[in-house]
Amino acid sequence: MEKNTLTVKRGLAQMLKGGVIMDVVTAEQAKIAEDAGAAAVMALERVPADIRAHGGVARMADPEKIIEIQAAVTIPVMAKCRIGHFVEAELLQALGVDYIDESEVLTPADEAHHVDKHGFDVPFVCGCRNIGEALRRIGEGAAMIRTKGEAGTGDVVEAVRHMRAVMGDLRRLTTMREDEMATFAKDVQAPLDLVASVAREGRLPVVNFAAGGVATPADAALMMRLGADGVFVGSGIFKSSDPAIRAKAVVEATTHYQDASIIASASRGLGEPMTGIARDTLAPEELLATRGW
Amino acid sequence: MTAVIGVLALQGDFAEHAAMLRRLGVESREVRVPRDLEGLDGLVIPGGESTTIGKLLETYALLEPVRDLGASGFPIWGTCAGLILLATDVGAPQPLLGLMDMTVERNAFGRQTDSFETDLDIDGLPGGAFHAVFIRAPIVSGVGDDVEVLAKLDDGRIVAVRQGNLLGTAFHPELTTDARLHSLFVEMARAA
Repeated sequence: MEKNTLTVKRGLAQMLKGGVIMDVVTAEQAKIAEDAGAAAVMALERVPADIRAHGGVARMADPEKIIEIQAAVTIPVMAKCRIGHFVEAELLQALGVDYIDESEVLTPADEAHHVDKHGFDVPFVCGCRNIGEALRRIGEGAAMIRTKGEAGTGDVVEAVRHMRAVMGDLRRLTTMREDEMATFAKDVQAPLDLVASVAREGRLPVVNFAAGGVATPADAALMMRLGADGVFVGSGIFKSSDPAIRAKAVVEATTHYQDASIIASASRGLGEPMTGIARDTLAPEELLATRGW
Repeated sequence: MTAVIGVLALQGDFAEHAAMLRRLGVESREVRVPRDLEGLDGLVIPGGESTTIGKLLETYALLEPVRDLGASGFPIWGTCAGLILLATDVGAPQPLLGLMDMTVERNAFGRQTDSFETDLDIDGLPGGAFHAVFIRAPIVSGVGDDVEVLAKLDDGRIVAVRQGNLLGTAFHPELTTDARLHSLFVEMARAA
């Protein structure tokens, strides 16, 4: 019997495909998410919109809250640690979380290095803006990738930009001559062996979800149409006027992303979405997506 | 005879099942709404989150038609979450098909760090041990007289079962390159 293999780590992400992973800060929110059909929940101290609004240093969630959330639901419980904060990651592993998100949404703990994820038993998901960043994280041991988007804005534009960048480069790679790959790998700062394997397979070796700015069922379906394997929704649910109803509608739109009439009926009577901040009104130092190296 | 196998595509690793069937030269179809069930010879319920899939089965009115098909001899194979949905009892209230006379314990091995791979002997499957991947897997904790046990772990816990036209595995053949169980299910669909 072998535990903690790449197959098992990447496999859990495969089980989450076609699903919605929802940010929660309390056990009550976790239960609402599970009842709405979330495939997993993400435990964190504050949702990204509150991190933006209140500022300060954003850290991993209180262990007490994580334990309460684990006790409240049967679906997988993920939790965020700060970029490069391998001790927070060790704590989360000791708490028995099912997946760790080394996340740019929290305040980075290391401005040069990410966590060496190969050294952990628990699998990791990491954010990316392009294929180079995705392959660097996979090279460090990430078993799942998500495009970053711009968390806590409710503006989907950045999520779209990042998913189009990743999927566009994937398509380019499938038609690239082998003698062009070394230069491509150098340009995107990715390991050559991973570049070559992606070119051969025509896809990333791990599951790739969309994240950062998804606020409506139509946003979720848009990301699926652009090639996401599933969707993370952060502030979009619990910063809306009726989280339970909106959460269920986002789940339905993610499953039926190719069926506009189902998405239209799921989108009726949801109340107010989160207010949101247009991404282009943010100053460069307010952007979360540029964190991570 | 050619067979068309449906793969329930509400959530989970349905694409991996479809890819495995394609490797065998078998046509598959994603099933999301009741009309997708028409003309199928069998249905695979993939791995995923059983609570998510169960709720979507209920919301999109698939629970009853799939249950009726299964009860009338139509072949259905559930892997992991699919096995949970086939059970009559999982010890908690959640939407189930309840087609197989068995009790299933969810997350029976613990959390993700307790997920594992191992070699299994499967009754009636020629070609030696099957490399099985268990991810936050369930086990079958009790079976009725009509349920045939196909595989157990070394400690005796049941991880593969068959009841006539219904097949259940707690592990994920779709995550391996071994297509023998997919072949077995296609044979069940052709024979039905």
